[in-house]
Amino acid sequence: MVDIAVKLGSVELKNPIMPASGTFSEDLAGVFDLDLLGAHVTKTVTPEKRIGNPTPRVCEVQGSMLNSIGIPSKGASHFVREIIPVYEIFSPPLIVSISANTIDEFARICEKVSVPGVAAIEVNISCPNIEEDGKAFAMRPSTTLRVMKGLREVTDLPLWAKLTPNTGETPDVARAAESGGADALVVSNTLLSMAIDVKTRRPKLGNLMGGLSGPALKPIALRMAYQCAKAVDIPVIGCGGIATVEDVVEYLIAGASAVQVGTATFTNPMVMPHLIEELRAWLFAEKFQSVNDLIGSVRDDEAADSVVFMEAAP
Amino acid sequence: MEHSLTNATARVPAKSRLKPDTFPIHDVTCTVKSNEQINGEYYLLILSAPSEILDCRPGQFFHLLCPSKGGGNPFFRRPMSIYGYFPASGELHFLYKVVGEGTRAMAQLETGEGLKVLGPLGTGFTIQDGWQNLLVVARGVGLATLTPLAQEALQRGLNLTAICSARSPEMLMSVDRFRELGANVILVTDSEGSSGVENLERMIEAQIAQSGIDAFYTCGSNRLLKLLQRLGAQHGIPGEIALEQQMACGIGMCQCCVRSLRRGGKIIHERVCKEGPVFDLQEAMEW
Ligand SMILES: Cc1cc2nc3c(=O)[nH]c(=O)nc-3n(C[C@H](O)[C@H](O)[C@H](O)COP(=O)(O)OP(=O)(O)OC[C@H]3O[C@@H](n4cnc5c(N)ncnc54)[C@H](O)[C@@H]3O)c2cc1C
Ligand SMILES: Cc1cc2nc3c(=O)[nH]c(=O)nc-3n(C[C@H](O)[C@H](O)[C@H](O)COP(=O)(O)O)c2cc1C
Ligand code: FES
Repeated sequence: MVDIAVKLGSVELKNPIMPASGTFSEDLAGVFDLDLLGAHVTKTVTPEKRIGNPTPRVCEVQGSMLNSIGIPSKGASHFVREIIPVYEIFSPPLIVSISANTIDEFARICEKVSVPGVAAIEVNISCPNIEEDGKAFAMRPSTTLRVMKGLREVTDLPLWAKLTPNTGETPDVARAAESGGADALVVSNTLLSMAIDVKTRRPKLGNLMGGLSGPALKPIALRMAYQCAKAVDIPVIGCGGIATVEDVVEYLIAGASAVQVGTATFTNPMVMPHLIEELRAWLFAEKFQSVNDLIGSVRDDEAADSVVFMEAAP
Repeated sequence: MEHSLTNATARVPAKSRLKPDTFPIHDVTCTVKSNEQINGEYYLLILSAPSEILDCRPGQFFHLLCPSKGGGNPFFRRPMSIYGYFPASGELHFLYKVVGEGTRAMAQLETGEGLKVLGPLGTGFTIQDGWQNLLVVARGVGLATLTPLAQEALQRGLNLTAICSARSPEMLMSVDRFRELGANVILVTDSEGSSGVENLERMIEAQIAQSGIDAFYTCGSNRLLKLLQRLGAQHGIPGEIALEQQMACGIGMCQCCVRSLRRGGKIIHERVCKEGPVFDLQEAMEW
């Protein structure tokens, strides 16, 4: 029997497969038994009600997708009252994703969702910081550090910082999140993108621009997961473009201790339970006793430092 | 005045459905029995389907994983209304119009090939106990969505009148199907000048005066929506409309498929794939 359980700090997962925020809800329980998953991750919730972006909110690009859903939210109180209890009947740890526009608001919602039944808080810092220049917190080490410190003061729950690919400073942002008190990093959110209908010359998303997800994002997010695993001592959770067991294995080899699956669930709602079984089979076939022996096993030791810490493509 | 068909209990609360013994949404590969062009750009797809996915309601839909065919490579699934479901013969029917990459790929499907379908999905039409006279008004491919209502009306011994509207008589599909199902069919077309709002209004008023109408059902056209909302408000006749919106997940997770609705003096958003595709006629907004 292959052991596929992993530990993300104090959070124990019976397998390393969990959904990505915004691509999962209790509605998936209509398709399969959600107890199969390593963890449950809820859609980002904000302190107040938000309506979300204009439609169309999604579009296809070659083999992948863009979205500008824009975090419609019924607010934190509704979430604590109505959504958290829904997950009581399930066994996997519940991870609650939060976001806000200022550090104060972030702290307020973080406190509010630190309630029994929640195993960890995922901090979606890919949203704009309106106190500064509107750039996402996770674009810079300084804002990342400040927001994580602010949250660390108000909760005892594990904090997972979710990073953005829209930065040139991934390793520094990762270290800032760690120094600010993050217990794990989720790498990563979507990459800012655009698509235009050439006939109408209209942008395909109602919000003009949106986030790229799906297979096209994978090499970028994988590179980031690798950089982060090198840069910090806390666990890294890989996320971006995962659709096959090879994708999962690739992230684990790069140094991720677990993975999140997003877009793939839209076209194949059974993909997560399948990946769990396929991962077990892959490890067995490759003669691994435990998934932990695979994590971070990338053979990069002959590469020079200058290659490892490359920040721009040649 | 009973204006809302939106029966709160019909919308199953999430919690009670969370741990089912069997899962209500199925992702299965069906076999193509036939896939034929029936006129112009419309195709009828008949799948051989396992009985567990055929426990459907009129107005529900499936999310189809279109093949990579005809040079296209559609990424998302495509939502398609159930045109007919037949547990006895194990058949699932779709009536579709070729408009882009996904439907073009669907049109290339050949007998014997597999097609992955997810469903049945969404909240379908409601017919309240005691109703006797139903009126369906639909145009174009919207007729596909409304056809299963005639099947249910027939089973329940109700009278159903279907006003079928199209550009020209050749474009009227599914009319025969409505007739087979015992519906009283009225055809109107643009080319004959009979599909105008005034003419429709006259016909519907006549129907109300003659036998009375207990509920309106429609989909897919702003013109019809406005007309039926007005007549419904005037005569106190409730109604439902099936709406469309682009979808990614099809099961309520991604929030991309929302539509604005008027409810309790406010404008709210609901998901076409989950609370819809069928909504209260008076709550629906033009788009
Ligand atoms: C609940 C529901 C039921 C439907 N039932 C039917 C039916 O029975 N018969 C039928 O012919 N059509 C039906 N449609 C419309 C059908 O889904 C679209 O025509 C189809 O998705 C177009 O795909 P395409 O790749 O050919 O077009 P493209 O324009 O290339 O599609 C691009 C993207 O836009 C989406 N899209 C385009 N048009 C629509 C639309 N009208 N509604 C929703 N998404 C759209 C596609 O799914 C795809 O994601 C239904 C739509 C919904 C929401
Ligand atoms: C429709 C959609 C909605 C999303 N919503 C959120 C969100 O609310 N919060 C968040 O942190 N990430 C959100 N994401 C990003 C995903 O969690 C994930 O980071 C990203 O999609 C990359 O993974 P994937 O390629 O497997 O989808 C969303 C992605 C999609 C496609
Ligand atoms: S399509 Fe995802 S919520 Fe409706």
